[in-house]
Amino acid sequence: MALETLSAEDALLYESLLEGDHSALARVITKIENRTPNYRTLLSALHDHTGNAAVVGITGSPGAGKSTLVDKLTRQYRNNDETVGIIAVDPSSPYSGGSVLGDRIRMGSTAGDMEVFVRSMSARGRLGGLSMATADAVKALDAFGKDRIIVETVGAGQNEVDIVETAETVVVVVQPGSGDDVQLLKAGILEIGDIFVVNKADMDEAAGTVADLEAMVHMDETASAGVVGGHHAPDSTDREPASGVDPADTGNAGNASDPEDGWTPPVLQTVATTGVGVDELRGALDAHRTYLSESDEGTKRRRRRAETEIHRLLRNDLGELTEQVVTNRGGLESLAESVERGETDPYAVVDELIEPIEAAVLGTLEPEE
Amino acid sequence: MSADQTQRATRCLVAKVGLDGHDRGAHVIARAFRDAGFEVIYSGLHRAPDEIVQAAVQEDVDVLGISILSGAHNTLIPNVIEGLKSYDAFEDTLILVGGIIPEADKTELKALGVAEVFGPGTAIEETVEFVREHAGPK
Repeated sequence: MALETLSAEDALLYESLLEGDHSALARVITKIENRTPNYRTLLSALHDHTGNAAVVGITGSPGAGKSTLVDKLTRQYRNNDETVGIIAVDPSSPYSGGSVLGDRIRMGSTAGDMEVFVRSMSARGRLGGLSMATADAVKALDAFGKDRIIVETVGAGQNEVDIVETAETVVVVVQPGSGDDVQLLKAGILEIGDIFVVNKADMDEAAGTVADLEAMVHMDETASAGVVGGHHAPDSTDREPASGVDPADTGNAGNASDPEDGWTPPVLQTVATTGVGVDELRGALDAHRTYLSESDEGTKRRRRRAETEIHRLLRNDLGELTEQVVTNRGGLESLAESVERGETDPYAVVDELIEPIEAAVLGTLEPEE
Repeated sequence: MSADQTQRATRCLVAKVGLDGHDRGAHVIARAFRDAGFEVIYSGLHRAPDEIVQAAVQEDVDVLGISILSGAHNTLIPNVIEGLKSYDAFEDTLILVGGIIPEADKTELKALGVAEVFGPGTAIEETVEFVREHAGPK
């Protein structure tokens, strides 16, 4: 689409990436991360080649076993001759902006295999920018032709939720004994999970955590999501017996839903270090993908993702335009100084800055009236 | 579109290669690089040269720091450099070696394309400064 407008260097990268050159893929992702000028033209060209990969987001608290699980899952996909792209997102230090990205260590079983492309990313102090960079990197991997793409992130806040939502299926990994059901509610992860995995299922507390999750998932089904957080959440005494307590009994993921009834998130159990339950997880992922394609939920999600993307890009560009406006008016510092000296107030400053923009927007609308 | 602000960071891979279980030095360097504001990817122990190459290529790092204390540097490091060349990733990667390397071998490694060798007792600031000077983010 935007092919003609690519620079010579980018055109070469574009060609090489589509031909399956891993170094080109790596360099395109660097451009995305650095926001190198015109990286968007490149993405716009790649966009045409996307839409074929199965994209999974995996989130959960630190130490829950996400990376190990991703490693085992990747091993299985490779045994099946599928190619895999992984984006491992780690937080960056709020002080130095630096980061240690350590997820690669736990993805050892496919090390040396170029068909598994692992890329580590950190926040680089950008607000909301990480989810944009992640979504763009997923696009590059998709255009490259990876069959499976996994986005892994520590689930802690809105930023992380935004990241996993660039995926079509979201897996939430919980470790046993990570608190009672209220803790799970607080974490705000219940709403985003399409599949729940209780990892380290060989620990004593696993059965209780599975039961908590199942109770909450089923409550979510019967009540509207907003009510779940109310005071009447069942406590441990009137909870339904959980059906998936025995690891051997977790194979019900595949039949969890049919397109008519919507999707009930299955609660699976795994022991990532030994690989127990990974088969079932793979089955559940495929079942969810089938569900998305057979119901209209898949279309809905794709549309929602496009909406989010347009919104993000728009906000980003508008943000940069306003920065320009601020610079034209003498910079943030001098504006702040006049507030500090008591000459004006922040509200008046912003009103004044926005005025010409408002006029321009309203101006373009006038002819239509 | 051109209004996009570029956001660069220096990316480093800190790697342990071969049968060498001493990773204290690598950890210290990884932390120091992080504190200097770099993005550090740590390889973990006992990596084969191929695995280091895979990580360096995929992560598109500006700096590859190899920590090696086993004495096998004359075999392992040329393998890593050859691998990087085969992926066209040698030219734009600053290769550093840390560990116990005899004086004679240093010259040889540098001739192969290693930018600098840091032996025991090197001040961390020196290493960080070297990276700042020689590795601009792409």
